[in-house]
Formats: sequence, structure tokens, C-alpha cells
Amino acid sequence: MSQRQVLQVFEQYQRARSQFAQAVADFAARPQSIDTLRSAGVVCLLRPLLLDVVPSIRQTAALALGRLADYDVELAEAVVKAGILPQLICSLPEENRYYKKAAAFVLRAIAKHSPQLAQAIVQSGALGMLVICLEDFDPGVKEGASWAFGYIARHNPELSQAVVDAGAVPLLVLCIQEPEIALKRIAASTLSDISKHSPELAQTVVAAGAIAYLAQMIPNPDAKLKRQVLSALSQIAKHSVDLAELVVEAEIFPVVLTCLKDSDEYVKKNGATLIREIAKHTPELSQLIVNSGGVAAVIDCIGSCRGTVRLPGIMTLGYVAAHSENLSMAVIVSKGIPPLCVCLIEEHEDHIKAAAAWALGQIGRHTAEHARHVAVANVLPTLLDIFVDTCSSEDLKVKAKKALKNILQKCTYLPALEPLLHEAPPSIMKYIIGQYSKVLPHDSKARRLFVTTGGLKKVQEIQAEPGSLLQEYINTINNCYPEEIVRYYSPGYSEMLLERVENYQPVL
Amino acid sequence: MAAASCGREQGASMAALARLQERLEGLREEYFLTNRAIDEDRKRKYKAAVKIQRWFRACRVQVCLRHLTKMVILIQKWWRGYLRRKHFREIVERAYFIKKLKFYNEMAVRIQKTWRGYYVRKYIHNFYALKKYLKAVSMNNEFVRHELQEYTEMKENGEKMKDLEKKDKEKKYQARKMHYLLSTKQIPGIYNSPLRKSPDPMELLLRKSKPLTHRKQPVKSPFADELYGWPTCKEPPAFVTSLPLLPADRRKPQGPFRDPAEVLRQRYKPLEPTLRARESMYSAPGKAREPTRREEWRNPIHDNEFLPFSSYHKNYEKYEPSLFKSDKYGQGAYGTKYFREVYPKKWIADKDFETLFPSIALFEKFGKTYSSTGQIV
Repeated sequence: MSQRQVLQVFEQYQRARSQFAQAVADFAARPQSIDTLRSAGVVCLLRPLLLDVVPSIRQTAALALGRLADYDVELAEAVVKAGILPQLICSLPEENRYYKKAAAFVLRAIAKHSPQLAQAIVQSGALGMLVICLEDFDPGVKEGASWAFGYIARHNPELSQAVVDAGAVPLLVLCIQEPEIALKRIAASTLSDISKHSPELAQTVVAAGAIAYLAQMIPNPDAKLKRQVLSALSQIAKHSVDLAELVVEAEIFPVVLTCLKDSDEYVKKNGATLIREIAKHTPELSQLIVNSGGVAAVIDCIGSCRGTVRLPGIMTLGYVAAHSENLSMAVIVSKGIPPLCVCLIEEHEDHIKAAAAWALGQIGRHTAEHARHVAVANVLPTLLDIFVDTCSSEDLKVKAKKALKNILQKCTYLPALEPLLHEAPPSIMKYIIGQYSKVLPHDSKARRLFVTTGGLKKVQEIQAEPGSLLQEYINTINNCYPEEIVRYYSPGYSEMLLERVENYQPVL
Repeated sequence: MAAASCGREQGASMAALARLQERLEGLREEYFLTNRAIDEDRKRKYKAAVKIQRWFRACRVQVCLRHLTKMVILIQKWWRGYLRRKHFREIVERAYFIKKLKFYNEMAVRIQKTWRGYYVRKYIHNFYALKKYLKAVSMNNEFVRHELQEYTEMKENGEKMKDLEKKDKEKKYQARKMHYLLSTKQIPGIYNSPLRKSPDPMELLLRKSKPLTHRKQPVKSPFADELYGWPTCKEPPAFVTSLPLLPADRRKPQGPFRDPAEVLRQRYKPLEPTLRARESMYSAPGKAREPTRREEWRNPIHDNEFLPFSSYHKNYEKYEPSLFKSDKYGQGAYGTKYFREVYPKKWIADKDFETLFPSIALFEKFGKTYSSTGQIV
């Protein structure tokens, strides 16, 4: 029958379209065939399929576009230039959940490459559609939509602000409360990306009530979820004292200390980052951390990790110790110095060493007692080695020098200063000599030791410009000793004596 | 008369005139000299007079001025004295005030010094409080470290347990798969070597485990793997795009089968619920049907409910006994519980018949070795 033949033609066409869409989607999943696809002009061919009558062809076409855009920046730009975005989102509210998932996948694949592409997505009005997706019941759709939001908000504050203006934040907070773990992860990661740019954005996230839910999820056993939650809380807390206090009021201590003992490295790192962001604002917050035993946990965490994971923990100790001398003493009492020493020696990366040097400087700079603790741990020779070493970076050298200077200016523990005396370069020498000149006039035993260990000899050998501070110190030291011994140790004394012998007229 | 006098006078005058004219030059000189002398004299005198007047006037003015100056000095003296005395009072007051202020300041400094020293030593830099605090901090740290240690151990134990369970499960699954390696009476299996004293633990595990049945071919339903693959969008959606097509060269099967197209159409017919099902219970026509529903419930034709499964009857149906076997007092046991009459009084012995041979032990075990679990043969 001719009617059947006509219908057969249509059926064949539909089958062909469906097969094409599925085949392109399959090929797009393999990286080696994407170049061929691109040269075949696949984007323009997929575009009309997005408006196809059959829903499954639309979904498959959207999925194929998403995979293509995911692979490469140029493909993503090609997708945007081909004007696909308006067609993708025009009929989104009426579509079923598979199409919404595929569309969210496409948007996220485009947005992840660069801020300009994300801006193009925002300008095409996709944010409203994504919010509609976020209100959907299906958790997969919500996950896709929040992932897309996360990738858009990641790039810069303006895009974050656009996401917030679209009204996504309360919906994301609702997503966090859902039972599916994957959805929670993505929602937490998106909130983290939004709040990281500026205090106002973080305030918006806080005003939606996110902190309480995030804090409730900290004891969750899933490691990736914990990473994202801790990262979100630390991005909120880093901006200002009020936000940090709000985070602390959510009763994260001492639960967050269990995260520092997690088996996952990045959970430890993010936990230490959160504590660091809280500790750096005011002495009261650092006091809170010390009182809840946070310092001990951070120190153990530093001891058990290797590499960049240690860095936030080291910085936490530095910030806590920097606020006041009591806190610094608390850090010392919690056995904080040995792990920092080990870090200085063991680590290869310069920035971690620089952080460790800075932290030690902050601990030791307050009073003589603190400097003594630091010096007893045999830190000063290590710092000096780092400062003198030619392959250290500039930043590391500067930090090591500052730390040495801060500690040395308060250090009165002479046995620790003595090895430095023999090896130090002139810029450090003046601090060492200065300290000696403060201690030696009052302590006779120390004077004796100074002579016997060869310190006085070394001091005589130092060349200093007359009138400089170093010369004054040297004079102070020389005045502590009788003249004969000073002359005895001054360089060239043996030649002088021999000359005298030569010129001596024997008395017969 | 006038003319006469005039004449006389004229004559006298004429003579005088002549006399005068003789003396004229000499007179002229004389006149000139006299005038000059007088003039000089006059000038001298004038100057002297001026001098004297000047001097006198100056004296007068000076006296006046002197007087005035004296008066002015007097006034100024008194005025300045008065002013200075007034200012002096103020200066004295001010100096006194400053002196008092300095004194008070010093005393205040002394008080503040003692107070601040006391306060700082007691509250801020209180050495003993600091020591106590540091001790408390270290104790708290110990406690926290201990707790965290316990927590890690607990987690590790939990993970170890999970690992062990997983391994155990895998082992059991392997045993079930390799059940054919179990040893029989005739042939010892791999794990049950005759040279060993006792069987290998694997053998025991094999004995304990139930053999696996053949796994059914996984039915690829059209909706099964959609939800699985979606979060990463790795697999395309499998949808029923069209009615499943039968291969074109399929021969018609022999037998009274219906047309496959019809069957498929019936199978995949979309659901069209009746108007009654689609309507809500609480709408007006729905409520109107409520009394008819109640009536239906009240006057059913059968009392037996529609039974779902055929085997349901077996448990539910009661056996109706025949009238031949029933007594006055109910069912007899004959015909259901026993079929032969027994007369125990006629029995010779209590025991039953004995068989001649003992049964073959192995044949007794027949049918028991493979089907029951947990029995060691």
C-alpha cells in the first residue's frame, strides 16, 4: 500500500537520525576520533537534531554535543559560535529529565574552559533555565545543574555574582540537604566556588543558612564529600572576622579535628586550611583553637603527611604563634617545634621550607624564653644553611633571613649561638655579635667559655667598618676582657711578637 | 591869604631847595650810609630779638613739656604698676595651680604605677596562671591526641573488617564456583590428598558451600541501565523508539499462533485508564458513585474473594470427607491416617519383620550427598 510505503520512508529517516546521533555520541566518547569528527563538521550537523521531533534523538544529540565540548576549548568555542545555546535552552522547562541532564552537561562542558565561554553562557540566558533544573525533583538533574553553576562561578567574581543574582544559592542549600551523596558533593563544591571570590558573596551564602548544613556534614564518612565541605567552610571563613566567627559558632570544633586524622590526604589538607583561615584573624580565635586542642591535632597532622599537604598546617602554627607570646608558648608546649624542624630539613619544595622558616620565626621572636626553645631544637644552623645555600629561591632566602633575625635578636642562649658564629655571613654576624655583647658583660662563666671555644679569636678576625654597629659590639666584647688576651687573639700577633724578638736588645 | 602864604612858603622853599640840592649828593651818600647802618643795625637787632624770643619761647615750651612729661610719667607709672600688680596676681595663681597639678600628677602616677604593676602581674602576665594554663593546654592536647588516636584505630579496624569480609565473600564465591572440585568417595579431590592427615581448609569450604546455579542471561530491559549510567552521561539512553522489528526472513512458526504484529501491538499498547480511574475520589461524580460502591460491597454474588494464585487453593481448601466414613462423633481416622486395621492383641511379637540382609551402607547414602548442605559424610 502506498500509505505504508510513505510511512516506511519516514520510519527509515527517523531510524537514520537516531542511529547517527547515537553513533556520534559513541564516537565522541573516544578521544582519538574527535578530530575526525571536528573536521567532518559535526557541530553544525548536530544542531538541527537538537530540535528534532523525537525526544530521544534530542537527548542523544545533546549528549554528543556535551562530550564534544568537554574535550577541547576550540570545540567548545565552535559549539558556542554555532548558536547552539539558545536552541538548547529554549524548550528546557517542558523537557524530560534526561534532556535536562544532557543540557546541563553541555553547559558545564562549555563553561569549564574559560571565563569568556562562561560569560557567553550567562549572556545567552542559560542561568534561569539552570535554576529551573535545580528545582526539578530528579537528583541527577539537580546534580548536573549545580555542577554547571559551579563551573560558571569558578572563574571570576562577576560570574559568581551572576550566579547568585539568578537565585541559585537557596536552591543549592536545599540540594545539600538531599540524601544522595553525589549531589551533596557537587552542591558543596559549588558553594565553595561561589564564596571564594569576595566577602559579599560569602555573606550571601551564609545568609542562605549554608553553614549549619555544611557543619552537619563534617562527620560524614565519605571522603570526597568531606573535602568539598571543608573547602567550602574555609572559603567562607577566610574573608573576615565575622564570617570566621559564624563558622566557629556552628560548633565545628572539635569535630573538625577528626578530619585531620582521616586517611584521605586532601581531607587533612582542607581541614588544616579551614583551621588556618580561622586562626589567622584574631588572637581570640587562635585562643579558641588552642583551648580545644586544635594545635595538637595540627601538629600530629604535619608529622604524618608529606609534601604540599603539610603547608596549611605549618601556616596555622605560624599564625597562632604570631598573635601573642602566650599562644606561642602554647604552641611550644604542644611540641610544635620538632615537626617544623623536620619539615625544614626533609622537604624539597622551597615554598614549604619558606613557610616552615616563617613559622619558626614567629614562634621564636617574642621573648628570650621562646628563642631559647627554638634554639635548643637545633633550628638555627639549619636556617643558616638554607640562607647561605645558593639553590634556594629568593623568597626562601628572605624568609630564612627574617626568621634568623627575629630569633637571634631575642636569643640569649649562647651554646646555640656558638656554632653560628663560625659560619655566618656578615649580614647575620652583627645580630650574633650583638647578642654576645649583651650577655657577656654580665656572665663570667660565659666569658670563659667564649674564650675557650675560640669565639674571641673569631671575633678578632671579623673586619668591621669603624663606627658601624658591628664595631661597637666588637668593642663592647673586647672591653669585657683584659687587654693581653685580646691582643693575644688578634690576628698577626705572632708576627708582632717575632718582630719584637728581632728588635730586642739582650741585656747582658 | 593862601596865595600869599604860598608865595612866602614858596620862596623859603626855593632856598631850601637850593641848599638841599647842594647837599644832595652828600645827602645821598649820607642817607645811604645812615640807612645802611640803620639797616644793619636793624638786622642785627632783629636777629638778636629773634634769638631771644626763640630762646624764651623754647624755655617756655620746654617747661611745658617737662611738666607734661612728668605728668605722663606719673600716670604711666601708676597705671603700669596697677597692671603689673593685677597680672602678678594671675601669674601667682597660675604658678600655684601648675604646682598643685604637678604634685597631683606625680601622686597619680605613683598610684597608677603601683596599681598597674599589681594588675599586670596578677592578671595579664601572671606567671603562675600562665604556667597553669600551659599545663592545662598540654593535658588537653594529650587528651585530644588520645581520642584522635582511638578514632583512627577504630576507623582502621572498621576498614580492616570490611576488607576481611570482602575477602571472605570472594573466597566463598570462588568455592561455590569450583564446587566440582569436591572429592568423592572414589576419587579424592585436589584439596583432599590421601597423603594428608586431614583435608585442606579449602576442601572443608567446598563441602560447606552450595553449588551455584546457572546464571540467567541478563535481560536487557529498555529502562534498566538508564539510571545507572546517567551521572557521568557515559552511556546513551536506550529508549523504545519503535516497535521491535522481527527479522524479515523469519519463517512463520508452525502452530496456532497469532499474528506477531497483533501480539506486539497488544503488548505495547499504551495505558488508557478509564475515566473512572482517572477521576479523583473526591470530585462530584466520584462522590456520586460512592453509594453504588457501597451497595456493591454489600450485595456481592459470591462470597469467595478472587484468589490470586492457583496454589492458594491448596492451603485454603478444606477436604470434604465422604459420608461413609463419618461417625456420630466426627471423622474416623480410617482412610486418611491409616488404611489397614491392626489387632495388636493378635500379635506374636512386638518387633516388626526383619530383613535378611543388612542394607548396603553406601546405598543408604544415595541421594543425600549432594542435596543437603552442612552434613559431613
